[in-house]
Amino acid sequence: MNSKKQKLVVVGNGMAGARVVEEILRRAPERFDIVMFGAEPYGNYNRILLSNVLNGSQNATDIFMNSLAWYRDNGIRLHAGVKAILIDRERGVVVGVPLQKDAMAYSVDAAAEWGVPEIEEPYDNVIIATGSRPFVPPMEGFGGPGTFVFRTIDDCARIADYARASRRAAVIGGGLLGLEAARGLMTHGVEVTVLEAAPQLMGAQLDSEAGDILRKTIESMGIKVLCNTITTRIVRPNGRITDLEFRDGATLDTDMVVVSAGIRPITETAEASGLKVNRAIVCDDQMRTSDPAIFALGECVEHCGQLYGLVDPIWEQAEVLADVITSTRPDAAYRGSKLGTKLKVMGVELASMGETRPAGPDDEVVVYREPVGGIYKKLIVRNNRIAGAILLGDIEAADTLLQMFRAGVKVPARRADLLFGTPTGVGLLQVSDLPDNAQICNCNGVSKRQVVEAIETGGCQSVSRVGAATKAGTGCGSCKTLVAQLLESCLGEVGFDPGEHYYVPGIALEKSQLVAEIKNRGLKSVSDVFRELAGGNEDAASKVGLASLLKTLWPGEYEDERDARFINDRVHANIQKDGTFSVVPRIYGGVTTPDELMRIAQVAVKYQVRMVKLTGGQRIDLLGIKKENLPGVWKELGMPSGHAYTKAFRTCKSCVGTDFCRYGVGDSIAMSQKIERRFQGVESPHKMKLATAGCPRNCSEAYVKDLGAVAIEGGQWEIYVGGAAGGSVRKGDLLTTVNTDDEVLLYMGRFMQYYREHGKYLERSYGFVERLGIENLRKILVEDSLGICEQLDREIQKAVDAYHDPWKEADLPDHPAQFSGPELAYVLDVAENNG
Amino acid sequence: MAETLDKVRPIDVGEITAIPMGQGRCYIVGTEEIALFRQRDGRLFAAQNRCPHRSGPLAEGLLGGNHVICPLHAHKFNLDTGKGTEPNECLRVYTVREVEGKILLSPEDVDS
Repeated sequence: MNSKKQKLVVVGNGMAGARVVEEILRRAPERFDIVMFGAEPYGNYNRILLSNVLNGSQNATDIFMNSLAWYRDNGIRLHAGVKAILIDRERGVVVGVPLQKDAMAYSVDAAAEWGVPEIEEPYDNVIIATGSRPFVPPMEGFGGPGTFVFRTIDDCARIADYARASRRAAVIGGGLLGLEAARGLMTHGVEVTVLEAAPQLMGAQLDSEAGDILRKTIESMGIKVLCNTITTRIVRPNGRITDLEFRDGATLDTDMVVVSAGIRPITETAEASGLKVNRAIVCDDQMRTSDPAIFALGECVEHCGQLYGLVDPIWEQAEVLADVITSTRPDAAYRGSKLGTKLKVMGVELASMGETRPAGPDDEVVVYREPVGGIYKKLIVRNNRIAGAILLGDIEAADTLLQMFRAGVKVPARRADLLFGTPTGVGLLQVSDLPDNAQICNCNGVSKRQVVEAIETGGCQSVSRVGAATKAGTGCGSCKTLVAQLLESCLGEVGFDPGEHYYVPGIALEKSQLVAEIKNRGLKSVSDVFRELAGGNEDAASKVGLASLLKTLWPGEYEDERDARFINDRVHANIQKDGTFSVVPRIYGGVTTPDELMRIAQVAVKYQVRMVKLTGGQRIDLLGIKKENLPGVWKELGMPSGHAYTKAFRTCKSCVGTDFCRYGVGDSIAMSQKIERRFQGVESPHKMKLATAGCPRNCSEAYVKDLGAVAIEGGQWEIYVGGAAGGSVRKGDLLTTVNTDDEVLLYMGRFMQYYREHGKYLERSYGFVERLGIENLRKILVEDSLGICEQLDREIQKAVDAYHDPWKEADLPDHPAQFSGPELAYVLDVAENNG
Repeated sequence: MAETLDKVRPIDVGEITAIPMGQGRCYIVGTEEIALFRQRDGRLFAAQNRCPHRSGPLAEGLLGGNHVICPLHAHKFNLDTGKGTEPNECLRVYTVREVEGKILLSPEDVDS
């Protein structure tokens, strides 16, 4: 063992204790020798799911978060079933006593195992995470057979056992936990009555009206609810419970009692050790107790007078504590949590945050009721900010409201938008309003905090730098605008590093400079470019972009070096996660024939295609094909490549148009087939997906395509450019309206060529159109303000003429190894002496 | 009884021209998938074929400047050292050379 490591003792092995250890290991895996005390004889489990264990929808083993193996693998010594009773601060040791097997882990005087010596663990730091114990309101007769609390896995087993021999059960406590206990008991076939001292259910989260709605819903499920009811005595004439007596003199027949009436922090170990304890263990913003070597978190903690009983605050405390104790961010501070939660109580969805009732006459209360549907929504707005909200029955708005509530942002003037969304669907939130832990990049799971840290402490001043440091924006890229917003709010502007404007990362030239150099020096292959412009340094990440550029600059003359192609373009198919490929044959305008379908089916059977999938572009995708089978598949399909793997014209989909549709005003199928036959295989900075629609109903989604033609009354076509409906959604801009099919082909081709010449590598048409502006594009491409239209038309014609079907390489591969699978080079296991 | 690998004699993997210029190719050596790379400047590299990230086939990746980029998620590796640009991602690399047009792989690192 490394004696230089500091010794960290964690008292408590519940959700808080295990979480803070995980956070510490994530930051400094080698820093501490970690020892944990847990009074329960298990690893760590998710207490939130206990009600599922009670109702039988999950096994106890399903809710473990960290198995005993996790402790072993991380070098943590766990004293399971051992209760820490004292932190001896003078000697610097934590003292624990092993508990008897059937001890109540959380009871104050849990019985110690006789004759087993105390355990002592020396420490440099201690973290107390002892959590809380159930609160039992004063009443006569609690304890003994038939009475239970609901807090641990063992409690669940005891309650379920007893319920099997019972007919009726009473649950004392109509809060969240009480209702969960009632739900669990129902599944054991007992009649359940919930007893609540207050006038309503879930007083902590709901106002009285919402409480009444919830009560009605619950009663309709067969659970009896008695509010304003305080139990004074459990009657047990012959040892078995027969009934309960209430303060008002009424009684209730029952066989068992489960108390779930709230929790109280467990503080006796802290008190015995001389730490400051009020209602709970007092901690500062760094989660330190009154002894700077001792930290605490979770339900046993009091911070700024507040106690917390939900998981979100505990997660926040765990992060701060881990930042501080590992010195990752020594000045990290916990500033308290704004409480909000989403729950499902007996199948009823509800969300609650902040205050449930207005505090004064100036508070604005917005309420929506739908009594029959059991829907209730209430907002309390103070100073234009959300002070509280309740959503019952329909909680779709909860996530946005919670983020706005936690961030304390101003709400829109139309309050209804908060409850029902905006009419335009525009987001209510700005990225600067989001909480630090909000996820910015959904592809790589990067939080706002990580992005902000990269900007503020990592010195990243541009979107690409942030991407390099955090990976944000390097997946689908649709969060780049959020990253840019954060740069703007942190630094006042979005900076750029010159590298961001290089056409490829490996050559320090912008596109126009690079093009000029390539043309002046007559560089026609990627290796020529590296030799002449990069001192011979090949950069793997730059090859594909250069190849694309050279191909556009030297049509017909480009020296095609296959190693500069991405694998998809080497084998004319799309690589999948398992290394197999997908094959999409061209189906012009989405119109196929029985004969084609039969060939596709035969190929799929013969090559054991794992999935046959209809694509969004109205084609058929054959998935799971081995590289070495690609030539065979293509030959037997007898159809050309659909180019579904490359940066090029992909497809032009269509609605059924005038042949069958009773609304069609233009022959969209014929148009789309003309487009597809003309532009198939034309390469571009990024993929181009097209559509034609036979009328403005837009069934084929032509408005949101890179290029779309929409037929309108009078035999005309509208041409839209720059639409998108992928990671970004954008309606295309109307470029022009024309009278004939040939004109559609003309303007589409002109736009494509201009995009091919001026689009940045990997810039989709929607980015390109926004960057140049539709007015500007219309001047250039329709009014011919630059006098280049004729030139553009000529160049696109060359690209069209250069078309050849890449799948013809099935018969004439570029290299013998082009479609070869793994080569058997050396056989190891040769049997020598079979005899 | 199975034959064990001769740890001294290099493994003749085959003709160098079997690998397209500037590309990689996957070979199965004993029980291992090994990617061999033929860089345009004449250098040869050998490394485990499967990317440590999500098992992408590195032999299908882009090669250049002594690095390979995985075709699945663009994780990048130095083929001299095996070191990846992502933290904690490293490839096994093998010693490989060309002799008279043949590719010879040193066997000492290969599992047997």
